[in-house]
Amino acid sequence: MSVPMPTSSSSSSTLQSGESRLHPFLATRSSLNLRRRLVNALVVLFTTLAALFAAGLLIYLLCYVLSQGLRYINLDFFTQLPTPNGEPGGGMGEAFQGSLILIALASLMGVPLGLFTGIYLAEFGRGPFAQGVRFLVDVLNGIPTIIFGLLAWVLIVIPMQSFSGLAGGFALGMIMIPIVTRTSEDVLRLVPRELREASLALGATEARTILQIVLPAARNGIITGVVLAMARVAGETAPLLMTAFGTTFWNTDVTQPMDALPLRIFQFTLSPYQQQVNQAYAGAFVLIVLILLASLAVRLAAGGFKQR
Amino acid sequence: MSQERVSLSKARQQWLGWQRILRIQRPGDLFFRGITLLFVLIVLGLVAGTAWILISNSLPTIRRFGFSFLTNKAFDPVHDVYGVLPAIFGTLMTSAFALIFAVPLGLGAAIFLVDFCPRPLRFVLAFLIDLLAAIPSVIYGLWGFLVLAPWLHNAGEPWLQQHLGFLPLFAGQPEGVGYLGAGIVLTMMILPLIISVSREVMLVTPIAQREALLALGATRWEVIRHAVLPFARVGILGGVILALGRALGETMAVTMIIGNQANEPSLSLFTPGYTLASVIANQFGEATPGLFLSAIIEAGLILFIITLITNILARWLIASLQRQAQGSRGGRP
Repeated sequence: MSVPMPTSSSSSSTLQSGESRLHPFLATRSSLNLRRRLVNALVVLFTTLAALFAAGLLIYLLCYVLSQGLRYINLDFFTQLPTPNGEPGGGMGEAFQGSLILIALASLMGVPLGLFTGIYLAEFGRGPFAQGVRFLVDVLNGIPTIIFGLLAWVLIVIPMQSFSGLAGGFALGMIMIPIVTRTSEDVLRLVPRELREASLALGATEARTILQIVLPAARNGIITGVVLAMARVAGETAPLLMTAFGTTFWNTDVTQPMDALPLRIFQFTLSPYQQQVNQAYAGAFVLIVLILLASLAVRLAAGGFKQR
Repeated sequence: MSQERVSLSKARQQWLGWQRILRIQRPGDLFFRGITLLFVLIVLGLVAGTAWILISNSLPTIRRFGFSFLTNKAFDPVHDVYGVLPAIFGTLMTSAFALIFAVPLGLGAAIFLVDFCPRPLRFVLAFLIDLLAAIPSVIYGLWGFLVLAPWLHNAGEPWLQQHLGFLPLFAGQPEGVGYLGAGIVLTMMILPLIISVSREVMLVTPIAQREALLALGATRWEVIRHAVLPFARVGILGGVILALGRALGETMAVTMIIGNQANEPSLSLFTPGYTLASVIANQFGEATPGLFLSAIIEAGLILFIITLITNILARWLIASLQRQAQGSRGGRP
């Protein structure tokens, strides 16, 4: 791409003028060349500015939230409960606890469903049925997450007459399924065919080949997909509004309302007390750092996976 | 050869097909396949279940209001009258705003990343864009509510009104929260998505086509214009529709900055409003069984249908581009 542009006038001089007019790149007149170069320069300028503006805007947002949040991070923030009415001190301990429990619940549902669907699609998935499943999983990935919140609300919260961690875990699990499915299908397809054939040639059954040869070979990639899915649901707020609902007390009972980091950030952002707004920034800081770490880990793991 | 194939009876062909599908001798393998298929069926069941739950629970309002649910302006639990016209208007308005700004910006940035960006910077920017696509919406909402809305209220909207106030878009009282703020936040949220999808589809342009144009003496822009964009057009469109789906269904960031009032649909960007998703997020807390509950779920159903259609369209476009790309790759020496 960095090849220097040949001047088109030299190449076009051998052509008839009628032909050159038909051909947009071989203009004879240097004024046309000038126009082309000018247009080219303008496009380079516009795209560069667009990229700078887009990147600048987003970097500004990131840096602003991070720098605000960093000021209010301390040990208490991770271990204490929120103080009532914006009194100084306190933290978001119950939100971290709740987020961990919710992600664990979601993984219990999303990882097996996603992984086995991925195995099916990668190993047995031929024909229109598998194609349909693949398409549906992709579409599922684009459904607004609040829809899954509504689903869990109708299915679990209303019958149980209580917001609960269980309902939150179910809604988050639904969000995890398509992510885990697609990444595990992709990495299982990357496992070399020779590995499977060697295993089958040694007399291993198909099931054994998949479970003991193919899955371990794809382990890193599958873990990557699971981490990605966990990072995604760790930041989900909308489906938790009407399911886990949030609380400001320690709670390990999954049949009761449960807090989550993004929920607490949401509620404290809208709080009238400056102390709670500051803690919302601190929560946002932690959330961004967690997701940054997950992205980096995924990058590194993916790089390592491709090298092998 | 062909005669032999014709002479095979249909039943026999089917039998051969089944044998091929069940070419497993051992019961353990059959069992394993069955298990994976079972999980697939559970996933399919969950998707079908979602649709069924939404439809069956919104039947009361569908029966009561029919299509007037889409055109009623009030969402009024006191008089038991429900409609989502302001929400549908707000959803379309904010999403359109976001697309108008995010598409040219995102496409420009993607072209820069693919064609003009210095190599070391390219990886950093690409990683950053992917990271920003993963930032949770509540963070955008936090910034929108705490920084953008006050700024719009004090500086941005008064300035727009002073200089562009003759346009109906900038009429009315600057309030900070409203369509403008929601549109800006949505633009920032879908920008990384548009950049990363466009970048990916532009990267699959066959290198031979680029080189052919360069050899003809084309400028870099002409290469993009005549080789890259025609090839990637469908995929970019798919990416844009994917981003539209994201914008239509975005809940938290929009709920935090749009103001959440069921106002008359108006062209003014300063008006506080509603979107379908923010109606759900705002109203579920007060929902009482009956029409109120059903109205919230029907709002969800409408959102589900709209995003389902946009996503199916987007995936179909992207898949058709991938088929095209595979075809052209196979044709190359």
